[in-house]
Amino acid sequence: MSAGPLVALDGVGFAYPTSRAGRARPFKLAGLSFEIAQGEILGVIGPNSAGKTTLIRLLTRVLEPATGAITLEGRALRGWRAAELARRIAVVPQGVPPQFPFTVEELVLMGRYPHAPARYFEDPADRAAAQAAMAATGVLELASSGLEELSGGERQRAVVARALAQEPRLLILDEPTAHLDLRHQAESVALLRRLNRERGVTVLLVSHDLNLAAEVCDRLLLLADGRQLATGPPEAVLTESRLAEAFACEVTVDKHPTTRRPVVQIAWPDGGRR
Amino acid sequence: MSQAGRLAALLGVLAGLLALAGAAALFLGSAGLSPGAVLNAVTGRAPAGSVESVVTLSIRLPRIAVAILAGGALAVAGVAFQALTRNPLAEPSVLGVSGGAAFGVVIGQSVGLGGGLLEAAGLTAFAFAGALLAAGAVYLIAAAGRGVQIQTLLLAGVIVGIFFSSAITVVISLLDFNRLGGVIHWLLGNLAPIPPRPLALFALLAATGFGLVLVHARELNLLALGEESARQLGVHADRLKLVIFGGAALLTASVVAFAGPIGFVGLIVPHALRMLVGPDNRLLVPAALVGGGAFLLLADTIARNIVAPAELSVGVITSFCGAPFFVWLLRTRYRGGV
Repeated sequence: MSAGPLVALDGVGFAYPTSRAGRARPFKLAGLSFEIAQGEILGVIGPNSAGKTTLIRLLTRVLEPATGAITLEGRALRGWRAAELARRIAVVPQGVPPQFPFTVEELVLMGRYPHAPARYFEDPADRAAAQAAMAATGVLELASSGLEELSGGERQRAVVARALAQEPRLLILDEPTAHLDLRHQAESVALLRRLNRERGVTVLLVSHDLNLAAEVCDRLLLLADGRQLATGPPEAVLTESRLAEAFACEVTVDKHPTTRRPVVQIAWPDGGRR
Repeated sequence: MSQAGRLAALLGVLAGLLALAGAAALFLGSAGLSPGAVLNAVTGRAPAGSVESVVTLSIRLPRIAVAILAGGALAVAGVAFQALTRNPLAEPSVLGVSGGAAFGVVIGQSVGLGGGLLEAAGLTAFAFAGALLAAGAVYLIAAAGRGVQIQTLLLAGVIVGIFFSSAITVVISLLDFNRLGGVIHWLLGNLAPIPPRPLALFALLAATGFGLVLVHARELNLLALGEESARQLGVHADRLKLVIFGGAALLTASVVAFAGPIGFVGLIVPHALRMLVGPDNRLLVPAALVGGGAFLLLADTIARNIVAPAELSVGVITSFCGAPFFVWLLRTRYRGGV
């Protein structure tokens, strides 16, 4: 494996196809240039419709960039075979489709598909990898439960296990805490850290939750309106002026009492008077 | 038990059911043959041209073959359409695809295609074109909204189905009155014996469609995660959808061309199997082939015997089972949308 960055974007831009009315849509993303280093946790933050989901689609080649180039391990993303790519990059999407009647183990085994697409049933090595992935996210004892029986937190851990079964270099998480209560948020943060430290998985964390991102991530990328507003360590990116610009909302940034990481709060327009 | 072991056990049980249904179909019928006479005919000890020989070898056995092929093909098409549309209630007749194929066959017949091998191939081609037309229309109507919702898809299927049955009525009205009876019997699903060579063509087409679905069974599981997730796992989703769409349309078209638009088999059989083994398409696809054959053979044996010496269309039996089953599924499993 090369010593360079895992993923590099150079001047990447993307526009969704022309609308039915015939108007060309503006660029959803423009001029993105950044790198994802081996072993880091990079957070992508920004307001709604900043282009976060589009970025995930570009990185997983669901969409092709209109301008610029993306490389994975130094090789153009376009040149990777689909299964090969799925062995490098795994995505944990937001939520599982409802009415999904598979068991946890069946779901996790789906992550083995890119390792042998022509195989009809998984072999013992696939099963062992799935077991290890379920153990890593703590869903081993739920292996034969149906996904529809699980709580939101358990279901998410099952989906993370499916992504780990792919044995990826890069794990992309799309809003991993969006539907979780506090305890499950804390658990998923701990899980992410453990996967990163113990398994050396590089993580791209896409989140609305600025404080979660500040807490977990080594570096942050702030997107607003399809543009890259800032990249760097959380203390450098999460400044009051920059967040006000990105979110069009006044905020205050303090330091967390124990971790010393930035903590972002809305500066309520009425000054907090009741 | 390993997956392969589960599949083998499942297929063993279904093959047993199929053998039972086959025995019932072979020994029961309006000719009132004794079991001994049937056995003599099957083992070749009855004189050629005798009643038992003609009834058993030229009527019952070919009809058994048609029933197994048609039932298996329809059940596999049901599994395929359900995986493709991520809609557990999708099925060739519910989606209007059978109706489109039937329209193709009626057009083919109206230009004079009949029973020979080449003509059967021609009719199947017409049926295939009709099936693709109907499935395409359903998809376009349902996709007009944002995303393909289950209710929209079913509604689109009903609309397209009604349209094609009206179109069939138009064509039939223009046909010779004397041919009407035969067409109506066929429209309800009619498992008439087929001569050996067209039967072989039917088997070949059904096997092709089955093979296309079977080799993609694992990818169909991944498609249940949603198209984007399937792609991110390395599935060529567009190619997969096209192949499955083509395979399911081919299965439906061949059944409609050779046996008529028999309803609900693709709904009843896959759902019954899912209750047994869960949603894994790698188990469901091969199981549907055998289980669908057993189910339709049983339904046909009932249809032949229940009002003997007259005979019901097999489609009547499957619809009488299927319609309440559909309502039950809708009320218990998929209440409030899927």
